[in-house]
Amino acid sequence: MEVIDIVPPILKNNVIVVKVDQLFKWAHANSIWPLSSGLACCAIEMMSCAAARFDLSRFGYEVFRPCPRQADLLIVAGTLTWKMTPPLVRLYEEMPEPKYVIAMGSCAIGGGPFADSYSVVPGIHEVLPVDVYIPGCPPRPEALIDGMLKLREKIMHPERVEEDRKARLMEA
Amino acid sequence: MDILNMMMGQGVVSTLADQLHNLFMLLFDNAVVAGFLMKCVGIGAILGIISVAAIVFTYGERKVCAFMQVRIGPNRVGGRFGLLQPIADMLKLMSKEDIIPQGCDRVVWALGPMLLFVPTALIYAFFPFDNGVALADVNVGIFLMLAISSQAVLPFLISGYASNSKYAFIGGMRTVAQMLSYEAPMVFSLLGVVMLSGSMRMSDIVNAQSEQLWFILMQPIAFVVFVISATAETNRVPFDLVEGEAEIVAGPFAEYSGMRWALFFLAEYANLLSVSILTTVFFLGGWNGPFLPGVVWFGLKVLAMVFVFMWFRWTFPRTRIDQMLAFSWKILLPLALVNVLFTGVGIYARQWM
Repeated sequence: MEVIDIVPPILKNNVIVVKVDQLFKWAHANSIWPLSSGLACCAIEMMSCAAARFDLSRFGYEVFRPCPRQADLLIVAGTLTWKMTPPLVRLYEEMPEPKYVIAMGSCAIGGGPFADSYSVVPGIHEVLPVDVYIPGCPPRPEALIDGMLKLREKIMHPERVEEDRKARLMEA
Repeated sequence: MDILNMMMGQGVVSTLADQLHNLFMLLFDNAVVAGFLMKCVGIGAILGIISVAAIVFTYGERKVCAFMQVRIGPNRVGGRFGLLQPIADMLKLMSKEDIIPQGCDRVVWALGPMLLFVPTALIYAFFPFDNGVALADVNVGIFLMLAISSQAVLPFLISGYASNSKYAFIGGMRTVAQMLSYEAPMVFSLLGVVMLSGSMRMSDIVNAQSEQLWFILMQPIAFVVFVISATAETNRVPFDLVEGEAEIVAGPFAEYSGMRWALFFLAEYANLLSVSILTTVFFLGGWNGPFLPGVVWFGLKVLAMVFVFMWFRWTFPRTRIDQMLAFSWKILLPLALVNVLFTGVGIYARQWM
């Protein structure tokens, strides 16, 4: 029996019943504070995303924290070189759970134009667990906002993502 | 009409308090118990004000920031105006992982944010919210307020020291330098107010302003000095050197995650509210005003001051640490001293007129 069934019918319209788990999921999904870190030119798009024209703050995601201890989301915006990998992974490890990673731009997804280079990481999934990939070189600010909303959906409904993945596996 | 007269005459809050006191007397029939319960209600009310203010101000700050930068601000979470945004933030901070860094001084580290909240909340006891509405309207109110609020330096230092992090330690030491050097001009600017009103009791200062002019008109220099040093005392931009993110990551807060950091945040907004209340009490005439009940006037003035502080935050760039200290010692302190001198001369001259 669900909790909602216990609520008397007269109160059904006036009482909101949620599970604690769902409440926290809602909170996590609606208050994603990114770490203010940028690696290359995608970071410029990330900044313009928070500025007046695109205004990331509408969704409550504009609180860029300088310190990984208070951040929830690592936006890998730009080319990741092997030289830069240890500091970036350390930043990720310093963040408290639950934490998320967005790979922004071609370089972060698969090395981009530098995919064959000896010094560039061919996709950050080699070193970090990625939640959302945003294609583009660089992606427009709308694309980043869309990526963050996808992440929001993923946090709110993790089962949908799993179904999606299974369906795609079946097709392939 | 009766109710209106009552509200105008005695004030809404004190009438309510009297009713509650009568109720407690009826229930327990003991003046000591009723007095004790009234104090408990007062303390609860003050803690309630602080927590509600922290939630409202986080939302307000984001909206004011958006307004200053021609943006919209939160408008998705919880209806058209994004009213549930601070709730989501708070719930998220509560459910984040609690990281205790290796090598930190565990007990002191955990005590830091809690200790910071004590002086911050304690000074609310002296604030006159309305005529006769103060938890402890002591005759050395300003003196006690300054003494207690200067204790807020220590928690910053110990949390910076106990974090075992270079940035946190530098941040902690900066806090000490900044808050101590801005205490001096703040005290001297208040001296002019005390000289004019002839009392250190906060309600006397407000009453003096209803008899004379508001002190913002009689002490404009003191007002400017006080507002600037209050901005520095609350560690807000342009003086947020304590957590200057371009230089020292997040200062003393660098190692705190989740709810521990939220306590620092709470203390910051409680400080913002308390300096706004102080400005209102000392310079803007406290609860005085026509037509509306006193507590409403008080609230309006306080909110206006909060807006001014937020305005500062989103219009000025951050200063450098040496510029900031030089500004305090070389400009604000002499200015406050000159103000004291001229106030004294003025009072002396008026006696002979």
